[in-house]
Amino acid sequence: MQQHLEQQKRESSAAGPYEHGAYPDARGRFGPYGGKFVPESLMPLLSELEAAYRQARLDPAFEEELQELLRSFVGRPTPLYYVPRFSQLVAPGVRVYLKREDLAHTGAHKINNALGQSLLAKRMGKRRIIAETGAGQHGVATATVCAMLGLECIIYMGAEDIERQSLNVFRMRLLGAEVRSVDSGSRTLKDAINEAIRDWVTNVETTFYLIGSVVGPHPYPLMVRDFQSIIGREAREQILQLEGRLPDLVMACVGGGSNAMGIFYPFADAPEVRLLGVEAGGQGLASGQHAATLVAGRPGVLHGAFSYLLQNEDGQVLGTHSISAGLDYPGVGPEHSYMKDTGRASYVAADDRLALRGLQALSQSEGIIPALEPAHALGYLLEMGARGELAPGSLVIVNLSGRGDKDMLTVARELQVTIS
Amino acid sequence: MQQYKQSEAIERRETVPAQRIGRAFAQASREGRCVLIPYLMCGFPSVEQSLAAMLAAIEGGADLIELGLPFSDPLADGATIQHASHQALEHGINIAACLAIAHQVAARSSVPLILMGYYNPVLAYGVQRFCREAAAAGACGLIIPDLPPEEAGPLLEAAHEQGLAMIFLVPPTTPDERIASIVRVAAQEPRGFIYCVSLSGVTGARDRLPPHLQSFIARVRRQSAPYGLPLAVGFGVSRPEHVAEIARYADGAVVGSALVHLLERHAADGEAQRAAVRDYIRSLRECTVRLP
Ligand SMILES: Cc1ncc(COP(=O)(O)O)c(C=O)c1O
Repeated sequence: MQQHLEQQKRESSAAGPYEHGAYPDARGRFGPYGGKFVPESLMPLLSELEAAYRQARLDPAFEEELQELLRSFVGRPTPLYYVPRFSQLVAPGVRVYLKREDLAHTGAHKINNALGQSLLAKRMGKRRIIAETGAGQHGVATATVCAMLGLECIIYMGAEDIERQSLNVFRMRLLGAEVRSVDSGSRTLKDAINEAIRDWVTNVETTFYLIGSVVGPHPYPLMVRDFQSIIGREAREQILQLEGRLPDLVMACVGGGSNAMGIFYPFADAPEVRLLGVEAGGQGLASGQHAATLVAGRPGVLHGAFSYLLQNEDGQVLGTHSISAGLDYPGVGPEHSYMKDTGRASYVAADDRLALRGLQALSQSEGIIPALEPAHALGYLLEMGARGELAPGSLVIVNLSGRGDKDMLTVARELQVTIS
Repeated sequence: MQQYKQSEAIERRETVPAQRIGRAFAQASREGRCVLIPYLMCGFPSVEQSLAAMLAAIEGGADLIELGLPFSDPLADGATIQHASHQALEHGINIAACLAIAHQVAARSSVPLILMGYYNPVLAYGVQRFCREAAAAGACGLIIPDLPPEEAGPLLEAAHEQGLAMIFLVPPTTPDERIASIVRVAAQEPRGFIYCVSLSGVTGARDRLPPHLQSFIARVRRQSAPYGLPLAVGFGVSRPEHVAEIARYADGAVVGSALVHLLERHAADGEAQRAAVRDYIRSLRECTVRLP
């Protein structure tokens, strides 16, 4: 502990060049970001989790079970799929590939992480799983793996999200999970995380908190990155096979940042690959009604980590808005903050309308209805093309993190169509 | 922002504010009792009422006061303090407003003040500036529930520079070895006490104290005794009989959520509110006497 304190004093927050593979350090930091800003009750638990995770990763049996279930239960590898007609809409001569996480079991990338962490929980002898969910995709993924492994499952979900994602709430219940409505604060994802942490603090000995993104205290950002990196590892291999070279641009939407980190990380050591994260611009950055944490926030502490944060002058966390519940979060994973400051990745925002355009364009040009979250990346890509930012011959991969079924009611409402 | 003109009362006090915490515990100990520490949220139900409640608590016999700094995401708090925090923020309370309240309490009384709040508002205010202005406003110590010792470096340094104690929480699930290392950090001068969290969980009034509280306190005591660091117990403490039990084996009792309920119940009438707080604290204070 004393050593930690000394080290903190010496630490400079200046961002150096991006160092691939060097982070997190022993204190769970990515440069200045990350750490363990949690109530004391959780500190021994986090150490235990860290040790158990390290052990599991060294155990061939754990790796084997994980890989086998990723194949047979999740349906991996997911295809890397060339979308010629959508590419045409972007700009002439641009080749766009989609990493089809929408084809993973339960319809989004969230299952990769839920499976990894639940296997770890089982190994640690923790049979009560709690999780937060925004769009409901992480909740569904968690409920799914808990059903498969016979674990108790409790999902915290903001009351507002319960309303707008009613279909996913029903799916979770059907899968045997208990969905607890969170009525405090802004009644969305951030409050669901608060409530999950309160549950965790109260039931430390029996409970495993299965966090759904690369957020939270160390070692979660590391673990979730590891479990999601399967996306980028596959994509890298696939693009080399299909195109014989690395892509010029890799894009993903950023809520907490797990699908983005999952596809970015395995490309991050190749400086010629540009990494671009797209955040939720909501009703426009100027309106204040958005969730563009990296674009418009400044560093602060929320949910156990030091990272970019949407906060007011007094350090109070701001309410957010996005058409997609999965991006509606004022924080972001600490490694993204580090990637931003070092310039290894850059981050932009796409507003609700652009996301809708992306969703419609992909649906109509390719017969793939994306979730509203990755539709932000698709919409932004269309705009990049229109602005002439993509040279002919550019090779682009977009992480299609999920399918759009869950969003049909929202989209219909936005398009002023009534579905009974 | 606001620079406080140090009131005469504050100037007369020693230059190390934290020493007043130790003195309050020592005084109570000489009187054969534990200290009583009411927690009151700044700006709840309103700025004026929170200030009045603090003064009423002092009148009722509080030995120290914990001033809550509101935060939008109080993840170590139960529904009661979440609600108080939320309402305080609705009134536009920020750190500067909290420090102004502290300053007014300090100007009227010599009871040591402890500030308790989450880390992000402190970070946003500026760690050094916060400590400097907190000390100037009359605070003696800080409790930041989402800042374990591993992350506390910058704040600890700034606090110590200003003579403020950093007070760390220790819940019953903490292994002995870790208790020992927390105690070592907490024992560095300027120092306060160890805040023993009665149960693993969030704040909130409970009917009964947890069954293994005494053995937990004994476990912490084994580590803290060599440093002579006092132990206060909080979370779930609400009734006179709770305080009486804590007095038997600990050095202080913290009461929080129960006061929020009390303030709510008498929200309509300021005079009744003050009287209720004073009488409630008095009833608890009577139970701080250590029975043989
Ligand atoms: C399909 C989909 N994509 C993206 C996200 C955002 O999360 P993250 O940024 O962690 O990938 C979600 C969250 O619910 C989601 O459901």
